[in-house]
Amino acid sequence: MCLAVPTKVLAREGNVATVDVQGVRARVRLDALGEEVQVGDYLLVHAGFAIRRLDPADAAETLALFQELFALEEGAPSGPPAP
Amino acid sequence: MTEPRPTSPFELRDPGQAREFASLLRRHAPPDPVRIVHVCGTHEMAIAQHGLRSLLPEGVEVLEGPGCPVCVTPTVDLDRAVKLALGGVIVCTFGDMTRVPGTRVTLAEARAHGADVRVVLSPSDAAEIARQNPGRRVVFFAVGFETTAPGTAAVLLDSPPENFLVLASHKLIPPALAALVAEPPVRIAAFLAPGHVSTIIGAGAYRPVAERYRVPIVVAGFEPLDILYAIALVLRQLREGRAEVENAYPRAVTEEGNRRAQELLAQAFEPSDAVWRGIGTIPGSGLRIRPELSRWDATHELPVAAEEGEDKPAGCLCSEVLLARAVPADCPLFRASCTPLSPVGPCMVGSEGACNVWYRYGGRPDL
Ligand code: SF4
Repeated sequence: MCLAVPTKVLAREGNVATVDVQGVRARVRLDALGEEVQVGDYLLVHAGFAIRRLDPADAAETLALFQELFALEEGAPSGPPAP
Repeated sequence: MTEPRPTSPFELRDPGQAREFASLLRRHAPPDPVRIVHVCGTHEMAIAQHGLRSLLPEGVEVLEGPGCPVCVTPTVDLDRAVKLALGGVIVCTFGDMTRVPGTRVTLAEARAHGADVRVVLSPSDAAEIARQNPGRRVVFFAVGFETTAPGTAAVLLDSPPENFLVLASHKLIPPALAALVAEPPVRIAAFLAPGHVSTIIGAGAYRPVAERYRVPIVVAGFEPLDILYAIALVLRQLREGRAEVENAYPRAVTEEGNRRAQELLAQAFEPSDAVWRGIGTIPGSGLRIRPELSRWDATHELPVAAEEGEDKPAGCLCSEVLLARAVPADCPLFRASCTPLSPVGPCMVGSEGACNVWYRYGGRPDL
């Protein structure tokens, strides 16, 4: 039921967006989202409803979090608590 | 790592970083064995598919608890759906749900006996079927956690057709975590919280559980590196003696969650006690349709007595698997008499069930 992979918005018509799910087109409803959606946006979709808009820049930020942890843990096994 | 080449900006699968995580986890392995429990079929699939258990240090176990909505749907609800279907109502539900055995039969078997059972991908598909069949009653058998329930709520609040009904069997994750950790004898050291449930309810929703039971809870995403990162944060908390909520999936999860979806849930449902198959009743872990919407509530409009059923097929360890006390390989029936084509228990049916995932990804993935 849970699609872990974000889908890309191809078109939007009111409450409904057409998205690309790994090459397959699907229609998803936007009324559980509460965020503005534009063509080209990435959406997390669950059972036909978008639940969150994702920003590719945030994926890069996640990688930065990983690096932070590696750096922090390098020489300091009992380092400061997480930010 | 099976797929090192990123094909989307959201794929976090770099093998070099995975190795870095593995050595970090090894360096910070806890002195005593720890059991970390996640409650999400999609986590189990990522862990099994990418062989992440082989990267964990000795003594660190990660188990799927009650993370498969299909598996924890109680037989009473299933029996209700089967009775409705055999009584001439169109029953719509998600695919796996049609193959889970109730007390006597599955919905698929009811269909073989002439019942009109349809597989849908979304609650709004079920409402559409009701619109297309004005002369028939159409019941949507609604299962799933906080990720799925807002869709059901949106449909209920969107003036669905008069012949449309919902048999609501949605479940909530935080009360289940509390029930699992409150239950000795197996000590659960920490939880990985399901990423997309958390997208809806927010990381903050776990704080009462983490504080009350002194258990670290780390919200985890679904890419292999997301999961390793979350486990690293868990081990660090354990090492430092902390029991906090940390968000290892900030690109999809905020502290407050998806307010719009939460409003829909609050408008359509109220919390109720709920029975989890294999586990029992967990207080406040279910969602009941609000009285104002009772004309679309199947239990109200089409009451059927549920059968008092045998909840557990003989020899099946599902309840132990769902309580994170056993892994599928501990079950003597696993891969022997129990397979996805002829499942004995619900954990082998649901594609998010631990037994089903282990079967598909090669049995004991932690060797
Ligand atoms: S392998 Fe089959 S019988 Fe054994 S616990 Fe899993 S579902 Fe039950």
